[in-house]
Amino acid sequence: MTQDNNSRREFLLAGLFAAGAAVGCSPKKDVFEAGAEPGVQASGKKVKLLSVDGKVIEVDEAFLKPVPELPPVSNSEARLGIAGKKFVMVIDLSRCKNLRKCQEACDTMHHVNPGQHWVKVYPMQDADHTSPYWEPTTCMHCDEPPCVKVCPVDATFKRQDGIVLIDSDRCIGCRFCMAACPYSTRVFNWAAPDISAELAKLPYSCETSVPQKKGTVGKCDFCADMTRKGELPHCVSACPNGTFFFGDMNEDTVSNGSETFRFSDLIRDKAGYRLMEDLGTKPSVYYLPPVSRNFPFEPAVDSDLKNKL
Amino acid sequence: MENSNTLASVKIIHDLLPQKFGTKGKVFIGVLLAFCLVGLFAYYRQLRYGLVVTAMRDYVSWGIYISNFVFFVAISLVGSLITAVFRLANVEWSKPLTRIAEIIAVAAIIFASLIIIVDMGSPERFYFLFLYGRIQSPIMWDVIVITTYFFISILLLYYPLLPDLKILLRFKEKSGKGLHKLYKFLGSYWKETPQQIKLGDKAINILCITIIPVAFSIHTVTSWLFATTYRPGWDSTNFGAYFISGAFLVGAGSVVVAMYIFRKAYSLEQYITPKHFEKMGRIVVLLALLYLYFNINEYLVPAFKMKKSEEAHLTGLFAGDYAPLFWFAILTGMIIPIVILLFKKGRQPVPAFIAGIMVVVGAWFKRYLIVTPTMLHPFMPMYNVPESYHHYFPSWEEWAIALGSLAGTMLVITILGRIFPIIPIQETINEQHETVA
Repeated sequence: MTQDNNSRREFLLAGLFAAGAAVGCSPKKDVFEAGAEPGVQASGKKVKLLSVDGKVIEVDEAFLKPVPELPPVSNSEARLGIAGKKFVMVIDLSRCKNLRKCQEACDTMHHVNPGQHWVKVYPMQDADHTSPYWEPTTCMHCDEPPCVKVCPVDATFKRQDGIVLIDSDRCIGCRFCMAACPYSTRVFNWAAPDISAELAKLPYSCETSVPQKKGTVGKCDFCADMTRKGELPHCVSACPNGTFFFGDMNEDTVSNGSETFRFSDLIRDKAGYRLMEDLGTKPSVYYLPPVSRNFPFEPAVDSDLKNKL
Repeated sequence: MENSNTLASVKIIHDLLPQKFGTKGKVFIGVLLAFCLVGLFAYYRQLRYGLVVTAMRDYVSWGIYISNFVFFVAISLVGSLITAVFRLANVEWSKPLTRIAEIIAVAAIIFASLIIIVDMGSPERFYFLFLYGRIQSPIMWDVIVITTYFFISILLLYYPLLPDLKILLRFKEKSGKGLHKLYKFLGSYWKETPQQIKLGDKAINILCITIIPVAFSIHTVTSWLFATTYRPGWDSTNFGAYFISGAFLVGAGSVVVAMYIFRKAYSLEQYITPKHFEKMGRIVVLLALLYLYFNINEYLVPAFKMKKSEEAHLTGLFAGDYAPLFWFAILTGMIIPIVILLFKKGRQPVPAFIAGIMVVVGAWFKRYLIVTPTMLHPFMPMYNVPESYHHYFPSWEEWAIALGSLAGTMLVITILGRIFPIIPIQETINEQHETVA
């Protein structure tokens, strides 16, 4: 953690120097040259770059350094969320054929315990004579989250960007949130998580939800680390049928990676809805009804899913 | 006249001084200790491997630990009923039962707190409740009121004990060195000056008044742990009153059981008389009818509507997997005791004792039925999860811990009954004087 902090500070300092150069306070030596590895000589070949304040600047090619991977934010920063954002997901039920690639990607990236899943895919049938369909669920990231309401120690919390996360270093394992959640979203680490020793040793990050800890609750985190980088959650990019759309409600756009829609248009035109609206939980996940389906409903073939329909 | 009074006092003191355990008592203690030790070993395994040693999984995430907790909170309410409500209502006959009731209350509330820690996935973080507590969470309300109730109950056990401690201090030979030291530590400052008596009475009165709302709070808040969620079977506006009526019933039943056992074990036939069983029997019948009334509300009103979300839950209880247990709890916990105790003959010590046991056993299973079946009927289907997630039957570790906690409660009650006079001596003497005069 200390190392992380140091590298973060260096990174910020480098940024400050760069900004200083850009606004034109002229040190004797080019800041890029000053910041270069010892022994690197100017090649004389210049590259044009856009500075942080929007000016075009020229830098010698030899002094260019790749930007280091952004260090993870601290857990107190992770509690605040990203200002000005309101993340939202749209799941198009007409596109889901229960491939469960979303589930696989999520399980892999979050090291979810075998047998448990944060993304679930349910066979649903609303009434005897209505058509069955597949319904993937994530955490609904409710705007009135019942889980957050009941948590006695502020271990699960709602951020300004709408994401509901868990601090596993805080969770006391009372499981009240699991009883309170009507969407059966939350899972519990009944035993020590099935992960490598190196992974288990890492400090816990609220945004990656890794590593999970024995005796604490886990759930879908909308891949808060990915959204911070401006990338799509793993389930969204893993779905070959583009079932999941993710985006920012304030920008009014959602994307599944290859297609991008105006969120408000999509919801209006395709009659989007949310699950269990009557409970007043105000989910951030919207569903598009399974009409004009790309795939017919086929009951699951896997042996573990058979007989359970 | 004067002479007979003093004789009576001597006899009362002689009869009511704490008695050493006989062989039966020692065996009883040994058995209880054995249960506690097995429970401790099971808890060690749970600490080491995690809650995976229980049968709880993601759907049934609350099991017998929680229902046991509700049971303990329920039974502890009796302290406030017998001691406070009856005292404020000037009920004279209940006086010999007050200490039994308070001892049960203290023992049960101790184990309620312990069992809730046992249920935690990360018990080493227990202090987080005080460090990061969120007052908006019903769990915090429970922590606050249970702690308050614990201290009021302790004081309500302690203050009326002071005059008795003064008597006990006169019998150093009989009580032995260790106990004498304890009595001295607890009560040597009590000189029975008029001022002290006045203060003591005032303190007891204040405690009796404050314990009633706190007692209502502990069980109402405990019911809200369930009623503040959306789940079928829990989503009820009736839950607070339903829980309180059930709590008074199981508490009164447990007092009848304890009365009978203490009466037998310490030969207290002259102090706990058939009259007491007669009166307690009437109270149990009244409370059982009240609880039955709330049960009818709680089950039959939703069953009339049969909302889709409630349907699987209710049919499961009435005619499904849980039907045998459900009807057992209704019959044993309410109907049969009502039938027994409605008749004068049923309120004799032995049948009343049997009815009391039925009430307590029925109540334990009733709490189990309130917690578990609901968790097996979530709103989303149970699908694509390991087979073990579909059912719940407690593992041996859970049974061992639950039984260990029940044994622990009985152990605390037994030990307190060994250390302190189970029937208030001074009050009995005073009462004797009044009746003779």
